[in-house]
Amino acid sequence: MSSETGKILTTDGIPLEESLKQSEKKNKIKAFLLVAPLLLFLIITYMIPIGDMFSRSIDDKMVTNMLPKTYKAMENWDGKELPPEEVFEAFYLDYKILVKNKTAGKLQTQLNYEKNGFKSVLKKLARKQKKFEEGNYKEQIMKVHKRWRNVEYWRAIKRRAPSYTYSKYLKGIDMYSDEDGKIVQVSEDRRIHRILWIRTVEVAFFVTLFCFLMAYPIAHLLATLPMKYSNLLMICVLLPFWTSLLVRTASWMILLQQQGIVNDFFVWIGLVADDNRPEMMYNKTGTYVAMTQILLPFMVLPLYSVMKTISPSLMRAGKSLGATPATAFLKVYFPLTIPGIGAGCLLVFILAIGYYITPALVGGASGTLISNQIAYHMKSTLDWSFASAMGLMLLTGVLVIYWIYNKLVGVDNIKLG
Amino acid sequence: MSKKEDFVKFDKVDKSYDGKVLVVKDLNLDIEEGEFVTMLGPSGSGKTTCLMMLAGFETPTNGEIYLDKNPISNIPPHKRGIGMVFQNYALFPHMTVFENLAFPLKVRKMSQVEIEKKVDKALSMVSLGGFANRMPGQLSGGQQQRVAVARALVFDPSVVLMDEPLGALDKNLRESMQYEIKHIHESIGVTVVYVTHDQGEALTMSNRIAVFNDGKVQQLSSPDKLYEEPVNSFVAEFIGENNTFGGEVSEISNGTCRVKLEKGEIIANPISVKSVGEKTTVSIRPERALINPKDKMDNNQKGKIEEVIYHGDHTRVRLNLLGNSEFILKVPNSSQNLDIKLGNEIYIGWNSRDARALDPK
Repeated sequence: MSSETGKILTTDGIPLEESLKQSEKKNKIKAFLLVAPLLLFLIITYMIPIGDMFSRSIDDKMVTNMLPKTYKAMENWDGKELPPEEVFEAFYLDYKILVKNKTAGKLQTQLNYEKNGFKSVLKKLARKQKKFEEGNYKEQIMKVHKRWRNVEYWRAIKRRAPSYTYSKYLKGIDMYSDEDGKIVQVSEDRRIHRILWIRTVEVAFFVTLFCFLMAYPIAHLLATLPMKYSNLLMICVLLPFWTSLLVRTASWMILLQQQGIVNDFFVWIGLVADDNRPEMMYNKTGTYVAMTQILLPFMVLPLYSVMKTISPSLMRAGKSLGATPATAFLKVYFPLTIPGIGAGCLLVFILAIGYYITPALVGGASGTLISNQIAYHMKSTLDWSFASAMGLMLLTGVLVIYWIYNKLVGVDNIKLG
Repeated sequence: MSKKEDFVKFDKVDKSYDGKVLVVKDLNLDIEEGEFVTMLGPSGSGKTTCLMMLAGFETPTNGEIYLDKNPISNIPPHKRGIGMVFQNYALFPHMTVFENLAFPLKVRKMSQVEIEKKVDKALSMVSLGGFANRMPGQLSGGQQQRVAVARALVFDPSVVLMDEPLGALDKNLRESMQYEIKHIHESIGVTVVYVTHDQGEALTMSNRIAVFNDGKVQQLSSPDKLYEEPVNSFVAEFIGENNTFGGEVSEISNGTCRVKLEKGEIIANPISVKSVGEKTTVSIRPERALINPKDKMDNNQKGKIEEVIYHGDHTRVRLNLLGNSEFILKVPNSSQNLDIKLGNEIYIGWNSRDARALDPK
């Protein structure tokens, strides 16, 4: 309809849109330059590491590059029976170079991930291969260890042929692709990751719930008290923020241990017997208590900022219209705080799901979370690609939660302050 | 329907927030059923506190409030059945106009059919028929105000309280809303207690006005009486414009008195002076003083024009009269043109009846 009227021109005859663009151009460039440092910072410290993590988690070039001849020879092998002589020969030649370069250890570790017990077999081969004669490598290799006659070990090698793999992700949910390439679960006694995932979500959920239940009244009090009292209360809420996380966690250890202050108090008031002090630390209870306390301000602040904007006359209006205080709260006040509840819950849940120090210190065996497992693989097993894969799975999980939240509440309804 | 004279009754009500200062002092006020009573006063005069006590959001420190003869101090707000329109409307922002109006009906467990009927009626009463599904945020200030009024009336309360409901509106809208609220009051006959600091609003709308100052009702009377016959100098000063002379009573006789000023003397109507020698403030309304009066008036003084301001329908003239350089006159801009020019000296006359000798300021 408006296209029929033609373009609007400025007084000078330049189309209005163009003129507007030109006059806005300078401002746009200025604005971009202002945010450019932050953008660059985010790209370097956030986008690039995530990209690196992703490539690391699916990268499987190491084995591929270490056994180039073997994989070339294996191309025609169907994997049903023992491979032909050329494969044995190629493997011998590849492995010889690795042993010579002293990089055979890496291959041993990698292949041991694929098939347990591979390491010792390969080590023995490294020792014996020096005396190998030319020709008929199949016989010679099979003589070194009887496992070389087992086709499964060869299949294990072949499985590492592609440069990229999603096996780390499967491992993260306690699955793997078996010898036939089918995706199956690991045996029941080895399914540790799934327990950790469930526990992480469970802990994050309950910590969020406890935070909400405790923060709501506090935030309400903060928003309604006269200034001089609310300032003091606000400082009490924020005080934990200004204390080191480690100090707070350590103080929970002092409070919660079996000979700790809380237990002493329980014994003193006769709640528990002295010889029957409950364990409140190095288990889930400890994780719940410490994490709830530490994450509480993240729930209080968004709730407070939303409640502060709710006019007290709304509750009065509700009451004057005949609603009991409870109804007025449920129908008038509570719905208006939902943006704050959403923001607080999302914040606490996301922080809780990736929490590391507190569960590591007070969690014990039954209170550690998936982040502790990631740290373990980063520091102890040095399986960085697996750690990367789990980190990305965690990130994806958070994004999914965010997406669900957006569908349910709407992100533009969030109010962080 | 026989009207109850003391439908709402404040009986010796005191209110203090901090135990040191009384915000409301010994308040006694009877409001007739169906009446429109305005509590008028400067901010901090205790009028809103009175309203909050009646609504049940504040409790009287002493005394009792009766609604239809029943003491209500121990009844919580939601059981009083009093409608209220708040200063900032207090519409529920997460509910549509319909839901806002249905709220008081829903908590009273009315049937859906009945609710729809009543909401429709209330909305058409404030001429917002097609707005049921809008959110309050999508309405203009005046429309929100009307929704708030409709919501306070939809559940047929016996009393409706309004706490400076028009304060946030612009001047024109405020005036048209004043008439609208007045007409609604007339058509449904509900008792209205209205709080404002705008005297024009109070004069336009009310049956009676209670002027508050310093926690006390200074005067409770109809708008015309309040303007024509203020009982003390605060009321005279607060309502309308007012010329004052401070002086001392030199003689009282036969319903008039002579007041000696610093320069000169005037004859006045002794309202709150009893004896010779008392200090007093004499109050004269600007429109009661005439320029060069034809009829004989018992006060006749000469003054010098110091300022002339054109106001469209009238001209304001500031004079220096008897040592008071703030003496204001309102001269209608009619064809009969008087010699009003800056610096001219003119004669001003008024009747002693209109010069009220009140308490000293």
